[in-house]
Amino acid sequence: MKLRYGTFSYLPDLTDEEIAAQVKFALDRGWPVSVEYTDDPHPRNVYWEMWGLPMFDLTEPDGVIAQINECRTTFPDHYVRVLAYDASLGRQSTAMSFLVQRPAQEPGFLLERVEGPDRTQRYSVRSYATERPAGARYGGE
Amino acid sequence: MTISEEETKQRWDPGVQSYAGMGYYNADYVPKDTDVLAVFRVTPQDGVDPIEAAAAVAGESSTATWTVVWTDRLTANSHYQAKAYRVDEVPGRPGEYFAYIAYDIDLFEEGSVANLTSSIIGNVFGFKPLKALRLEDMRIPVAYVKTFQGPAHGIVMEREFLNKYGRPLLGATIKPKLGLSARNYGRVVYEACRGGLDFTKDDENINSQPFMRWRDRFLFAMEGVNRAMAETGEIKGHYLNVTAGTMEEMYRRAEFAKELGSVIVMIDLTIGYTAIQSMAHWARENGVLLHLHRAGHSTYTRQKTHGVSFRVIAKWCRLMGVDHVHAGTVVGKLEGDPATTRGFYDTLREGKIPANLANGIFFDQDWASMPGVMPVASGGIHAGQMHQLLDLFSDDVILQFGGGTIGHPYGIAAGAEANRVALEAMVKARNEGRDLLREGPDVLRIAAKSCQPLEAALATWGEVTFDYTSTDAPDFVPTASPSA
Repeated sequence: MKLRYGTFSYLPDLTDEEIAAQVKFALDRGWPVSVEYTDDPHPRNVYWEMWGLPMFDLTEPDGVIAQINECRTTFPDHYVRVLAYDASLGRQSTAMSFLVQRPAQEPGFLLERVEGPDRTQRYSVRSYATERPAGARYGGE
Repeated sequence: MTISEEETKQRWDPGVQSYAGMGYYNADYVPKDTDVLAVFRVTPQDGVDPIEAAAAVAGESSTATWTVVWTDRLTANSHYQAKAYRVDEVPGRPGEYFAYIAYDIDLFEEGSVANLTSSIIGNVFGFKPLKALRLEDMRIPVAYVKTFQGPAHGIVMEREFLNKYGRPLLGATIKPKLGLSARNYGRVVYEACRGGLDFTKDDENINSQPFMRWRDRFLFAMEGVNRAMAETGEIKGHYLNVTAGTMEEMYRRAEFAKELGSVIVMIDLTIGYTAIQSMAHWARENGVLLHLHRAGHSTYTRQKTHGVSFRVIAKWCRLMGVDHVHAGTVVGKLEGDPATTRGFYDTLREGKIPANLANGIFFDQDWASMPGVMPVASGGIHAGQMHQLLDLFSDDVILQFGGGTIGHPYGIAAGAEANRVALEAMVKARNEGRDLLREGPDVLRIAAKSCQPLEAALATWGEVTFDYTSTDAPDFVPTASPSA
């Protein structure tokens, strides 16, 4: 299973040069960029762990790439994403979000069903990975 | 008798008077910030003076009737009278005039599009002295905007809800739009969503027919949506059309959709303005997105001389509070001049829209932080047009490929994947600074090298275009201003 999360999840994984070009696009618009990681890929898991604060006032992507690489080194088997934030009035929300690392093995999700009355079902989606404790879900940890 | 007494006496003489003479035309009137403004395209009957025609429109859409009534004198009459304050010839179209009319805000009930429209388009469109009449644009004053709920969620909240940023969303309308059984219908939902679309959609006329009752459709569609979520790890939705014959029935269907966990429900424009506002309130209260299909609009939006421009309907939709509305594709099978369509998109999405005659926008419009409505581009579009679509509409749009997904030679999921790959490749290229219109076809070709479904989509539809002249194009063309 391949997690389809973020803007470019149907393309081949981005190279560092391609990531830098996307980061540059954000910085040129005055959007601070941040790096986040998680080992809980549930589609409604909004709050991934923050790898430091959003990087304000950068003009070149090098610093962001360095942070991405540090995050990757520390969490080699986590999902890592890059976010850009647009603080302008009327927006004040995330402007970009895309994966820059995914675990080598992605076990996917179980669709759980609870039978209800009158042919209804209550559905919930559960990642097989989260059956193990946080920090020990992917790779050799 | 002084002159003013004589004028007053004439104004109130029993019998028929000119509308202009009764005060419905006032070239010196300076519109107030709180006035509702409208511009009509007026085509008077032969021999009818355009100023009198404009005054008649102002009169018949506010306080006037065909003859003088003494009971006007029991009111602050001049306050309640709409005033035509400007009449211009339409460039290049003899016999047509733009009439600008100001309405005091007191004429309208707070938070009611039904009331607003009963005045502005209520009686006047059948008025005999006019050959034709079209409401081209309106300025809704901030004071009146603030009396409406506005979009149940709006563009920003929808993205945060769906956890999807920085790209257009993708959808598809299930086809054939009529006749599938619920089980087969849900199959299409599942395949399209698992292949990479964010949404699938009921069509406007799929409600609860003998071949598929609504409850069965909802159950099978949600099975498809949830299966696709588990397979992709991405939030998915199907616009469950709750359009029905009564409000009570629509609420019943919407409640059921909510209980099944649907992120979105859908209504048709044909349910009427009040029903739309009611559903928008329901949608905000229940945390469910609200999609509006503009079924029927072309009966009055398309022809240039008579009806209501869609840019006005778009403004009403934002006030009424829907989260999505179809707003044209330019390149697809349905009516859509590029500049006019741009005007619709600006009206739905932006916070403050300056007057821009080249796009058909006659007035500055300030939405006072009312959230934006997500426009939907749907009807005869395909992956081979992705560069044009992204260039035209940017990110805040839902691109819906019905035939362009379901008609894919390798199957529905492959069709969905082709669209998603084409979209992501194009967003990536744009962000890298590539020139989409020039390099777009190359970007698609290169993306297709690692995506067979996209290659097949381009081979099947790459050359398909719908190139007809638009009937609804702006009357003003931008002219280069001479450099000093």
